[in-house]
Amino acid sequence: MKRASFSNRDLVQRLGFSLLTLVALVTVVPILVVIAYVVKEGAPAISWEFLTAMPRDGMRAGGILPAIVGTFYLTLGTAVFSVPLGIAAAIYLSEYARDNWLTRLIRIAIINLAGIPSVVYGLFGLGLFVLFLEFGTSILAASLTLSIMTLPVIISASEEALRAVPQAFRTVSISLGGTRWQTIRKIVLPQALPGILTGVILGLERAAGETAPILFTGAAFFLPRLPGTPLDATMALPYHLFVISTQVPEMPFQIQYGTALVLIAFVLGMNIIATVIRSRARAKRQW
Amino acid sequence: MVDKIVIENLNLQYADGTESLRDISLNIPANAISVLFGPAGGGKSSLLRCLNRLNDLTEVQTVAGRILLDGEDILDPQTDVIALRRKVGMVFARPVVLPLTIRGNLTYGLELAGEKRKSRLDEAAERGLKLAALWDEVRDRLDDPAIALSGGQQQRLCLARVLANQPEVILMDEPTSGLDPISTGKVEAALQELKKDYTILLVPHSVQQAARTADFAAFFLQGELVEAAEGKELFTHPKQKRTEDYVEGRFG
Amino acid sequence: MAQKKLNWQEFFIPRLIKASGYSAILFVALIFFFLLREGLPALTEVKLGDLFAVRWYPIESHFGILPLITGSLIVTLGAMLIAIPFGIGTAVFMSEIAPRWLREILKPLVELLGGLPSVVLGFLGILVLSPYLRVFLDLPTGLTALAGALLLGGIAVPTIVSIAEDALDAVPYSYREGAWAMGATRWQTIWRVTLPAARSGVLTAIMLGVGRTIGETMAVMMVTGNAPVLAIALTSLFHPVRTMTATIAAEMGEVANGSVHYHVLFFIGLVLFLISLVVNVTASSVVFKSKKRAERVLS
Repeated sequence: MKRASFSNRDLVQRLGFSLLTLVALVTVVPILVVIAYVVKEGAPAISWEFLTAMPRDGMRAGGILPAIVGTFYLTLGTAVFSVPLGIAAAIYLSEYARDNWLTRLIRIAIINLAGIPSVVYGLFGLGLFVLFLEFGTSILAASLTLSIMTLPVIISASEEALRAVPQAFRTVSISLGGTRWQTIRKIVLPQALPGILTGVILGLERAAGETAPILFTGAAFFLPRLPGTPLDATMALPYHLFVISTQVPEMPFQIQYGTALVLIAFVLGMNIIATVIRSRARAKRQW
Repeated sequence: MVDKIVIENLNLQYADGTESLRDISLNIPANAISVLFGPAGGGKSSLLRCLNRLNDLTEVQTVAGRILLDGEDILDPQTDVIALRRKVGMVFARPVVLPLTIRGNLTYGLELAGEKRKSRLDEAAERGLKLAALWDEVRDRLDDPAIALSGGQQQRLCLARVLANQPEVILMDEPTSGLDPISTGKVEAALQELKKDYTILLVPHSVQQAARTADFAAFFLQGELVEAAEGKELFTHPKQKRTEDYVEGRFG
Repeated sequence: MAQKKLNWQEFFIPRLIKASGYSAILFVALIFFFLLREGLPALTEVKLGDLFAVRWYPIESHFGILPLITGSLIVTLGAMLIAIPFGIGTAVFMSEIAPRWLREILKPLVELLGGLPSVVLGFLGILVLSPYLRVFLDLPTGLTALAGALLLGGIAVPTIVSIAEDALDAVPYSYREGAWAMGATRWQTIWRVTLPAARSGVLTAIMLGVGRTIGETMAVMMVTGNAPVLAIALTSLFHPVRTMTATIAAEMGEVANGSVHYHVLFFIGLVLFLISLVVNVTASSVVFKSKKRAERVLS
C-alpha cells in the first residue's frame, strides 16, 4: 500500500509539533536572556572594591560586602539546622517508617511545609523566634525560619536518594548480622550521599535567594559594619537588592545590576555545584 | 546423624494474606547438605528466611511453631537476632556484593561485630576466600571494588563473605541460578568441602542440582512439606506420588 | 568498650531519627498555632463586616481585605493563563517530542528558572518589564497586575513543567505503542492517550503552580504597583493592584507589635496558610487517589 505523501493528519501533527516547539522555546529562551542581560549590565559594576568594601553615600557607592557576608552567614546558619534535621527525617521516612496513618500525616505535613508561602514563614519566624523566644531580629531567628522553609526540599531529595539505594544491600547487611543503624551508616548513607548533597544544596540555594522570610526576622536595611554574633541583624543580598531597587531614590543602575549579578552568581553557583555532584555520582555509581 | 535444626509445626502467613508455610516439621542434620526443593512459590525461601529471622524485615502476619537451633527456639522474641544471623549465614540468589572493596565485603560482618584487629580481619578474609575457592583469583587485588569481579566470582565472594563471619549454618537460596555451568560447578564443589564443617541448607535452582548435591532432601509444594528423606532415597524411591511426578518432570 | 558504644548508638540514634521524622508535623502545627495566636485577635478587634469590606487603609483603621484577596486572585488568574499553556506545552514537548539530548539541556534550564530568586525577577520587572508594558500598552504606569501576572507565570512554569513532565514520563510506553499500533499519529497519541493517562499528575502540577503563585511575595510586591483597589474585572489586569502577600511584606515592618494592624496582617497570613493547606492537601490526595485506582485496576 502506498502511503499518501501529504495527508491531513500529517499536516496537523507537523503544525502541532511546531507549535509545541515554539512554546518550549518561548519558555526557555527568556531564562537565558534574563541571565545574559543581568550579566551584561552588571559585569561593569563588579570590581574588587564592590565585593569587599562597605557601602558608602547611602549605599549609592562603595561595595556590598555586608550583604554578601550576611547571605553567607544566613545560608550557613540555615544549613546548621536544616541539614541534620532534614537528613534524619528522610532516614526515618525511608528506613524506619511503616506505612500507617502517622507516616501519611508526616508526608502531608511535609507537602504542606513545601507549599506554605514564604511570607507566612516570615510571620511565623517573627511570632516564634523573634518575639516569643526573644531572639530579636537576628541571624539566628532568620536562619531558623529559613531552615524550616528549606526542610521539605532537603527531606524529599534525601528520601529519594536513600530509596534509590538497592534494597538488596540492606538485606545482605542485615543478614550478615548488621543492625538497622549499622546498615544505614555503613552502606545506605554513603551510597545516597551524592543525592543527599544535591538536595541539600538545592534547598540552601532557595534559602539564599529568599527575601520574604527574613524581612521581619533578621534582615537589616543598612549596617555600617559586619554582624558580630548570631544575635545581630544582618544585611543580605536579596533584601539588599530589594532595598536598592525600591527604597533608595537615585540609585545608580550599575550598582543595582551588579548586586543582582552577585546574587545570581551566588545562587547559580550552588546550582551548578549540585548539578556537577549529581552527574559525577551517576557516572561513578556501582548499581 | 546429629540434628542441627529441628523445625516443629511451623506455620507462616504474610500480611498480604498469602499463606506461605503450613505445619512444617522437619529435622536438618548437621554437617550435611540438606536440599529444599520444589516448584516456585512452595515456601522454600520463606523457610530459609525464618531460619535467620530475615522475615522480620517483611510484613509477616503470624508465625507459629518452633525452630530449635542447637536446642534453642530462635522464634522466641527474646532471641538475640544479631547473634543468630552471625551463626546462620545466607547466600542469596543474585550475587549482591556490597559497594565496598573485595576486602571490605569479606570483613564487613566481623567489623559490624566490633572486630578491629587487622590481623583477625585479614585472617578471616583469607579463610573465607580459600573455602569459597576464590583466593587464587583475587589474592592480589583485595582492595579493588568488588563490583569489578565477574558474576561467578561475585557469588563466590558472597559465599566467602558468609564464611568469613564464621557461621555454623549456611543458607543458600538458589545460589547458582544466575551462573554459568563452570561457575556453578565451582560453587557445588566448594559446598562438598564445606559440609564437613558446616550445616548447609540449599534451595537448588533445578531438580538436577538437587539430586546432585543432596545428602538429605525435602520436597515442598504450595507451602506444604510433602516428603523428606535421605537424598538418594528420595530421588530414587519417592514414597509420594506428587514427589515422583515432580522429580520425573511431569510438572514443575 | 566497643560493644558499649554500639549499644549507645543503637539506642539513641534511631530515636533521634524518629523524632526528626515527626518534626515536620510539629512545625506545621507550630506555624498554625502562631498564626492563630497572633491572627485571631483581629476577629474581635475588627468587625467581620469591616474585615471583609472593600477598603484597605490601615492608617484610618480601614481593614477591608477584599481588595487584597481579589488582587491575589487576579494576579494568580493572569499568571495561570500564561503558565498553564506554556508549562504543560513545554512538559509535553520535553517528554514526547524533544530528542533525548535536547531534553537533557532543557531540564536543567527550567530548573535554573526555578532557582532564580524572585527578587531578581521583581528587580528586572521594575527596570525592564514595566517600562516596556507602559509604552507598549500605553498605560499610565507599567506597574500593574499584568506585570505581576507575567512574572508569576514565569515563576510557576518550572513547578508545572517538572511535575507534569514526571507525570507524562510515568505513563507506560506500552500505552503509546498500543495507540501507534492502531494507526494513531504521535500527535493524536499525545492528546488522546498520553495526556489523559497522566491527567492526575498534570492536575497536581497545575494546583501546585497555583499554590506557588498565590504565595509568591517579592516579585509581586515589586511590580504590581501596590494599590489596594478591588479587582473584579479582567480589565483590572491593566491597573495597579495589591496582593495579600505583598501587603504583609510591605506593612509588617512598620506596625507596632500587638496592634490591630499587626493582628490583621497575621490574619491575612492565616488565610494564606489555609489556602495553601487546601491546595496542597487536595493536590496530594489527587495523586494518592489515582494511585489507588491504578492499583485496583492492576490487581
